[in-house]
Amino acid sequence: MVRTTATAACTAALLAATSLAAEADPIKIGFVSTLSGPSAALGVHMRDGFQLAVKELGGKLGGQPTEVIVVDDELKPDVAVTKVKALLDRDHVDVVAGVVFSNVMMAIAKPIFESETFIVSGNAGPSPLAGAGCSPYFFAASYQNDQNHETMGAYAQAQGYKKVVLMTPNYQAGKDSMAGFKRHFKGEVLDEIFTPLGQLDFAAEIAKIVAAGPDAVFTFMPGGMGVNLVKQWSQAGLTGKLPFLSAFTVDETTLPATQDAALGLMSGAEWAPNLDTAENKAFVAAYEKEYGVVPSLYAAQGYDAAKLIDGALKATGGKVADKPAFRKALASAPFKSVRGAFSFSTNGYPKQNFYVVRAAKRADGKFATEIVSKVFDNAPDAYVAACPLK
Amino acid sequence: MTRALARRVAALLLHPATAIVGLALAVALAEAFGWNFAVTLATRAAILALAALSLSFVIGQGGMVSFGHAAPFGIGAYAVLIAGEYGIREVSLLLPLAFLAAAAFAVPTGALALRTRGVYFIMITLAFAQMAYFVFAALSAFGGDDGMGLAGRATFAGARFLRSDGNLAWLSVGLLAAAAWVLHRVVAARFGFVLRAARDDEARVSALGFSVYRTRLVAYALGAGIAGLAGALLAEQTAFVSPALMNWHRSGELIVMVVLGGSGRLAGAVLGAIAVVLVEEFLGGVTEYWKLGLGLLILAVVMSRAIDLRALLARIAR
Amino acid sequence: MSFTLLAVQILNGLQLGVILFLVAAGLTLVFGVMDFVNLAHGVQYMLGAYLTAVAVAATGHFGLGLAAGLVGSLALGFAFEVLLFRHLTRRDHLEQVLATFAVILIVTDLVRMIFGPAPLPLRLPELFTGSIRMMPGLAYPIWRLVVIGAGLAVAFLLWVLITRTRTGMLLRAGSTHPEMVSALGVDIDRVFLFVFAFGAMLAGFAGAMAGPILSIEPAMGDNVLILAFVVIVIGGIGAVRGALVASLIVGLVDTLGRAFATDLLRLVVDRSAAAQAGPAIASMAIYVFMAAVLIFKPTGLFTGERAWTRTR
Repeated sequence: MVRTTATAACTAALLAATSLAAEADPIKIGFVSTLSGPSAALGVHMRDGFQLAVKELGGKLGGQPTEVIVVDDELKPDVAVTKVKALLDRDHVDVVAGVVFSNVMMAIAKPIFESETFIVSGNAGPSPLAGAGCSPYFFAASYQNDQNHETMGAYAQAQGYKKVVLMTPNYQAGKDSMAGFKRHFKGEVLDEIFTPLGQLDFAAEIAKIVAAGPDAVFTFMPGGMGVNLVKQWSQAGLTGKLPFLSAFTVDETTLPATQDAALGLMSGAEWAPNLDTAENKAFVAAYEKEYGVVPSLYAAQGYDAAKLIDGALKATGGKVADKPAFRKALASAPFKSVRGAFSFSTNGYPKQNFYVVRAAKRADGKFATEIVSKVFDNAPDAYVAACPLK
Repeated sequence: MTRALARRVAALLLHPATAIVGLALAVALAEAFGWNFAVTLATRAAILALAALSLSFVIGQGGMVSFGHAAPFGIGAYAVLIAGEYGIREVSLLLPLAFLAAAAFAVPTGALALRTRGVYFIMITLAFAQMAYFVFAALSAFGGDDGMGLAGRATFAGARFLRSDGNLAWLSVGLLAAAAWVLHRVVAARFGFVLRAARDDEARVSALGFSVYRTRLVAYALGAGIAGLAGALLAEQTAFVSPALMNWHRSGELIVMVVLGGSGRLAGAVLGAIAVVLVEEFLGGVTEYWKLGLGLLILAVVMSRAIDLRALLARIAR
Repeated sequence: MSFTLLAVQILNGLQLGVILFLVAAGLTLVFGVMDFVNLAHGVQYMLGAYLTAVAVAATGHFGLGLAAGLVGSLALGFAFEVLLFRHLTRRDHLEQVLATFAVILIVTDLVRMIFGPAPLPLRLPELFTGSIRMMPGLAYPIWRLVVIGAGLAVAFLLWVLITRTRTGMLLRAGSTHPEMVSALGVDIDRVFLFVFAFGAMLAGFAGAMAGPILSIEPAMGDNVLILAFVVIVIGGIGAVRGALVASLIVGLVDTLGRAFATDLLRLVVDRSAAAQAGPAIASMAIYVFMAAVLIFKPTGLFTGERAWTRTR
């Protein structure tokens, strides 16, 4: 009778999946993150940052008991859509937060907006949602994707580099990265190298870069690709010889693996562990104590996302149902960011400072990025003018 | 007397239609009670069941162990996306288009792959699926590696019929039932007989004057076309298409569904698909390491040889 | 395109090829000798890298760590064979695919659970951290030359082992006529056990050698596994010589394709179109090559006197 029970169980289980919803009403946050696959380290940092904030607030956001439902999008858009629909239809979450990758964000944005649910991004800041396609339900506790690349472009310009080579993976974020870099860099781009996503060995590209003879190289290689590139860059004897400018390549998610190989490599970021604010010092210390590793910008953004939601809930007295009121509360950015100055443009993307950071070995032997100089002051993104929201 | 009754009940429950009716029942109940997520879940189960059903036809009946079934599945999804970009949103056009696109991929690749046997066939189908993956990942006009959202759900005879999740669920279950019926007829027909006979003894079937190669190719293309339909439905459901649909892990998961339910029978694939969707849903809700659980389940099933539920049931009923 | 650049790229291709050979050699033997489809071979590669990284971190010595990693890989190979795979060798390919796919899911998640999703560090020994000057401004890493050397040495050892020793003879005989060999009083299951564990150790060795170059993370075996499949299908299943030739070809085609496809395309189409299509064509090149080989030789390049055409 295995078969009988199987069929019956299937039917029953499909139904039971939904009946668990709607009992008491704590604040429910659906947290979407990439927790498996080669890029999982980023998602884990972001989730841990978020949960650290919730823990510090006594398991409450805005003074309300809070339930955080974490789902793994597996970096597969179709999986993400199914799981987000579960969050919306089954769990009736009040806010969706998280999301590491922009393509996942683009896939889930539509059903979330259609259900008039707010989403607070902990990382992904795609340009389509910043310009004409902006939404009143979208807020980024992170940045607009182009900005960290723009930071590097402006830095390269200021350093007086005349010739650069750009290298990114062959996908939309890679192309956006190059466009962002070139927005402020006016010198000559000797070559634009696109590599297949997930490429393991960069020896061929490194040889090409050297042969081109640039003043500096700019690259965007998130996750494991960045680890490979940095190791191979160092083994080719280029560390310290040819300036290595990057974004989302050298950070605290990859430094434990690359260690000494990454020392001195530059990166564009809106945050670093040694950023000098009281909130940040407390955050970094708490994170290291809780998880035993140095937090990355993903962790800081996750932490800020929770604080943002907390502040907005406090302003509305714990209510999400009045959408215009909750939107107004979120838009006023009612929290103290670990990054210091932080406010929202009309499109829900932040205005904040951007820095050049450098990988360094701290006194305690751990590896972390450190601020070299500030590049942009309280900068809005490049798309806000196209957004019709007021 | 009781034993005869038990056997009859078992036969009824074993009927290919039972699992499908179960799905339909789930959709109907969920709609009646407004459990939107159960509708979504049942739709996903039906869509993956459709894909697994088509693979079961290829593997179980045709004896062709394809490790690249994610490719026609993804191509069906891309057919919907690309046609949508050119303004074709009519579901009665999109579905045949997805079928044809997937079958059109299967004919040349199948023609090459079928020159090989055994392990080589497994590997070459995998390689073709990887090729398809890289082709679509390179199509920057359609989102490249990131994938791209559909402009909107399809219409039916001009009406925005598929805007409702419930209607999409009924369409999915309906197509699953239709495909099961068609494949059931094909299996019972002379074509299916030749196919199975060739699986068991190729030389003898050839000697009888049948073209084993052509029969297999037709079956392979038919399976791919049906997988294309499933891909089209998944594109409609998630309103997003990306190369991740064609990841080789997806091909592996489809094989898992086929074998979990028993590769010898078409209906087994439907059961296997429902089981995998439920494991993903419930275990995934409990732990981020749910694939560990799925792996253990698969291993337990394979190692205990209890692969064919029907054989097990037949033993219990006896 | 200068001559030195081409030379560097050829070395890069050889290095990739050698890593692929180390993985593919064990895989092709297991395929050929036992007629066993082992998708979990990529897991052995990943475990080799992890074991070595952990052992190097614990001992602080690369050589000791590598030795521990190899012994660990060998032990895991024995364990996998005894616990799981020996019960599957006489089943059909479908069940083998399924069971070994399950092993991938299980081991990948276990490793993620134990070590976390972040990549592990694996530091090179001081001796090999330097590089050799190949052209102005570019030094070629010594470690990559070491990898090439080690891979070719293993290839030579395998050749000696298979063609010049009694074990090799049993292996060759066992692959073609297992019943006959059994009848002569040889414990064929034990031969299989050793082949499997040895193959696992070679894959682990590949992981350890690649560890300092690549990021050591739970899914690192996936890419290599697929490439290794391509290699053994091109080379002919069961043919170690074929695996060597095919892995070098695949390594070179892949590396040179990535290095020069975009530049070559620029000769025919405009710059941005070339930048778009180049990487796609480069990543497909080896699959196209494999399809082409199978059209002309459906059982691979090097099947020789053994016709491995069991259809089930």
